[in-house]
Amino acid sequence: MSSTDSPNRISWPYLIAALVSLIGLGDAIYLSVQDLTGQTLRCTIVSGCNEVLSSPYAHIGAFPLAALGAIAYFTVFSLSILAAFGYGFTKPLLAMLIAAMFLTTLWLLYLQAFVIHHFCQYCLLSAAVTTILTVLVLIASRVGRSRVI
Amino acid sequence: MKRFLPIVIIVAVLVAALIVVWLALRPSSNSGSANKASPTPLTDAPGAEPPHIRGNANASVTLEEFADFQCGACGSYYPELKKIESEYGDRLRVVFRERPLIPPHEHALIAAQAAEAAGLQGKFWEMHDKLYENQAAWSEAKDIVPIFVDYAKQIGLDTDRFMRDLNGEGVAQRIFQDGKRAHSLGVNSTPTFFVNGKEAKDDWKPEGLRKMINEALSAAGK
Repeated sequence: MSSTDSPNRISWPYLIAALVSLIGLGDAIYLSVQDLTGQTLRCTIVSGCNEVLSSPYAHIGAFPLAALGAIAYFTVFSLSILAAFGYGFTKPLLAMLIAAMFLTTLWLLYLQAFVIHHFCQYCLLSAAVTTILTVLVLIASRVGRSRVI
Repeated sequence: MKRFLPIVIIVAVLVAALIVVWLALRPSSNSGSANKASPTPLTDAPGAEPPHIRGNANASVTLEEFADFQCGACGSYYPELKKIESEYGDRLRVVFRERPLIPPHEHALIAAQAAEAAGLQGKFWEMHDKLYENQAAWSEAKDIVPIFVDYAKQIGLDTDRFMRDLNGEGVAQRIFQDGKRAHSLGVNSTPTFFVNGKEAKDDWKPEGLRKMINEALSAAGK
């Protein structure tokens, strides 16, 4: 089947990925709103949020990086939901997007650890969400492959 | 029907997300007319309050500087700015805003923190001057904190409080608020100057800055 794999079966790894991406979406929306309204962030676990989010890496031009994250997470959610309901054409797109997000996450972690020397808990949550999404998509693709065999 | 269910879910989440964003960004209804006087967040973030002011706080012309204590150009400009301050005296209000460019300046943030921590004890400008006057000495240092503690001693700060404040929330908030203002004004390099809110883009060198200040003074009838 080219456009839909098995329309009567829900793929649970993709459905879980969709739910997990909502956590990332909420986190990114929160950061974007705080940025756009000029509010300060309350850091309750680690104390480097303001240092990280006022660094030059927090924006691309005047555009908050968090807003780009929100768009990415919403796209992941949409592709995952479609994949979960059997729209197979979304799977390679989802895999490519999550690979790009995972690489970006590694770069942002490097910046926090070695360049800015501060960590932001909201950024760490986003990193955790992206890592979980990467694992889920890997699992989902392996499950799909084993069924084909 | 099941075929369209994912589309329905996606649209529902999109609508919910847009509603959340709209509710968060719309002006609060109970702030009423007070909101009209507050600056528009994206175009005019206020920066840390109160700002660090040198000169006449009530002067008709304000020179606002966004700077990084480790930036070489800011260090070179420092004596020129002192000359401008003494030339215009009471006719000028100078405001300093933190804009640490963490990469490539590895000590820029801790230097901004040191200045702000000194500010909490009322000695921001003393630390500001100390950092610029000794920029070459500390910029290449490996262990920076003892150097700044020594400066704090020299300008008469309570060093225990200075050490506590250095990584404290008060200092972080001030740097963050100035960073917000810098972002809202599109400040990406240092030093960047504004004369009565107008950016000195081509006129950022001392003579250009004097020209802008003179024009602003003329416009104010001084």
